[in-house]
Amino acid sequence: MEPQGITVSFQDVGLTVGGRTLLSNLNFSIYTGEFLVLLGRSGSGKTTTMKLINRLLAPTLGTVRVQEWATTDWDVIALRRNIGYVIQEIGLFPHFTIEQNVGLVPTLQGWNSKQIKSRVHELLHLIGLEPGQFATRYPHQLSGGQRQRVGVARALAADPPMLLMDEPFGALDPITRLELQQEFRRLQQELGKTVVFVTHDIQEALILASRIGLMHDGRLVFLGTAEEFLHSENAEAQTFLKPLRTMERWTERE
Amino acid sequence: MNNFFLIKYGSEILQRMGEHLLLVGIAIATAILISLPLGILITRQKALRQPILALANVLQTIPSLAMFGLLIPLVGIGSLPAVIALTLYSFLPIIRNTYTGIMSVDPAVREAGRGMGMTDWQLLSQVELPLAAGVILAGVRVATVIAVGIATIAAAIGAGGLGVFIFRGIAVVNNDLILAGAVPAAAIALVADYGISWLEKRFGGCLKNPDVR
Ligand SMILES: Nc1ncnc2c1ncn2[C@@H]1O[C@H](COP(=O)(O)OP(=O)(O)OP(=O)(O)O)[C@@H](O)[C@H]1O
Ligand SMILES: [Mg+2]
Repeated sequence: MEPQGITVSFQDVGLTVGGRTLLSNLNFSIYTGEFLVLLGRSGSGKTTTMKLINRLLAPTLGTVRVQEWATTDWDVIALRRNIGYVIQEIGLFPHFTIEQNVGLVPTLQGWNSKQIKSRVHELLHLIGLEPGQFATRYPHQLSGGQRQRVGVARALAADPPMLLMDEPFGALDPITRLELQQEFRRLQQELGKTVVFVTHDIQEALILASRIGLMHDGRLVFLGTAEEFLHSENAEAQTFLKPLRTMERWTERE
Repeated sequence: MNNFFLIKYGSEILQRMGEHLLLVGIAIATAILISLPLGILITRQKALRQPILALANVLQTIPSLAMFGLLIPLVGIGSLPAVIALTLYSFLPIIRNTYTGIMSVDPAVREAGRGMGMTDWQLLSQVELPLAAGVILAGVRVATVIAVGIATIAAAIGAGGLGVFIFRGIAVVNNDLILAGAVPAAAIALVADYGISWLEKRFGGCLKNPDVR
C-alpha cells in the first residue's frame, strides 16, 4: 500500500515513569489509511505506546505528532474525539445500556437522538448483536466476548478517521474472532481508516496488518510488512514465528 | 391510658419533633452542599486529601457539649449554633464517602471515558457521581443518624427539639418526660436510616445491577 501521508509520527520518543524507563527510542510514522499492528509480548510497551497517541500519556522525551501538531499542543478533548479508542479492559459504563454505551461519543458531539439511534443500530448489526435483543441491556448482562464487541462499536460510533484498538478481539472464540477480523479488515480498507491495533497474537497480526511493528522491552525492534516479518532475522521476530512454524510442521505431517 | 407519655405530651411532641427535624434537615442539607464539592475536590487535588480529611476527623472527635459551648461565644445560643455544630459533625462521613465512592469507580471505566474525549465535568457528572451515588448516600445516612442523636443535646443551648423533654425529664426526675423525647428521636433515626438505605438501593444498587430496579 502506498503511504498517502503521515498521520502520526514518533520522534525520539521515550517515557520514564517513576525512574523506570517504559519506552525508549521510538522513531516511526503511521501512514494515513494504514493498518499498523503493534505486536509484542506482555509488558513490552504496546498499550503504553498507544496511550501516547491520544495523550492519555505524554512523552518524557521527544515528540509525538498527530497530523502536524505535537500531542501536547493539541486541545486534548478534540484530539481524543477524533481518535476512536478500544481499551484493553473494555471499560463499558456499567450504568449505561448497550445503546447508550455505543452512542456515547455521538451524544457528546451533540447528534440528535434519531441520528444516534440509527447509527447505534447500524453498528450493533455490524458487530453481530441484534439491536432488538441487546440495545436495552446493561453490560453485565452480556458475555465477555459480546462486551468486547460493544467496545469496538463504541469506538467506531462517531466515525473517527483513526482508531486505536488494544487487543479488541482477545476475549472472542476463534471462530467469531476470525469472522470479525476479516469483516473489520474489509471495513477498514473500504472506509480508509487509519488503525493502530495491538495484539500478542502473531496470526492475528499476519491477517490484519499492512505493517507490523514488533515491540520488545519498550523498543520498536522491527517495523515492516507481514512478508518482511516472515523473513526477518530479528531474534524477537523469530521467537514469535516459532510457534507458527511448529504448527506448519504439524499440519504437513497429516 | 391518658397517662401514656406519647398521648400525655402528644401535641408538644409533635412541635418538638418538627423543630428536631428542621435542625437536622437544615444541617444535613448544608453539610451536603459543602462536603460533596470537598469530597470531589480531593479526588482531583491529591495534596488536599490529607489536610481536609484530617480536619473533618478532628471536628468529629470534639465532644458535642464542648462543640456547642465553643460556638456560643461566636454565634450566641439558639438554633444557629446547633445547626452549625450538626453541620460540622456531618462533614466527615459525607466527604469520606464521596471520596471513596468516586475512587472506587473502575479505573478502566474512567480511562475509557477520558480516552473517548469526555471532559472532566462530563466524566464526573455522567460517570463518577452516578456510580458513586450509593456510597455517597450511605455517608449521608450515617451523618443523618448521628445528627438526629446529637440534636437532642442542642436543647441545652436553647435550640429546642426533642432534647427539651429529655433535659426537663432529667431535671425533675420524670421518666415519662425522658421517654417522650427519647422514643420519638429513636423513631426519627430509624425512619431516616431505613428511608435513605432504600434510596441507596434504588440509586446505588440498580446502577450496578439493573435487574433489581
Ligand atoms: N502507570 C505505570 N507506571 C509504571 N509502570 C507502568 C505503568 N503502566 C505500565 N507500566 C509498565 O510498563 C510496561 C509496559 O506496559 P504495557 O501496558 O504497555 O504493556 P503491553 O505491551 O500492553 O502488555 P500486555 O500485552 O500485557 O497488555 C510494563 O512493564 C508495565 O509494568
Ligand atoms: Mg496492553
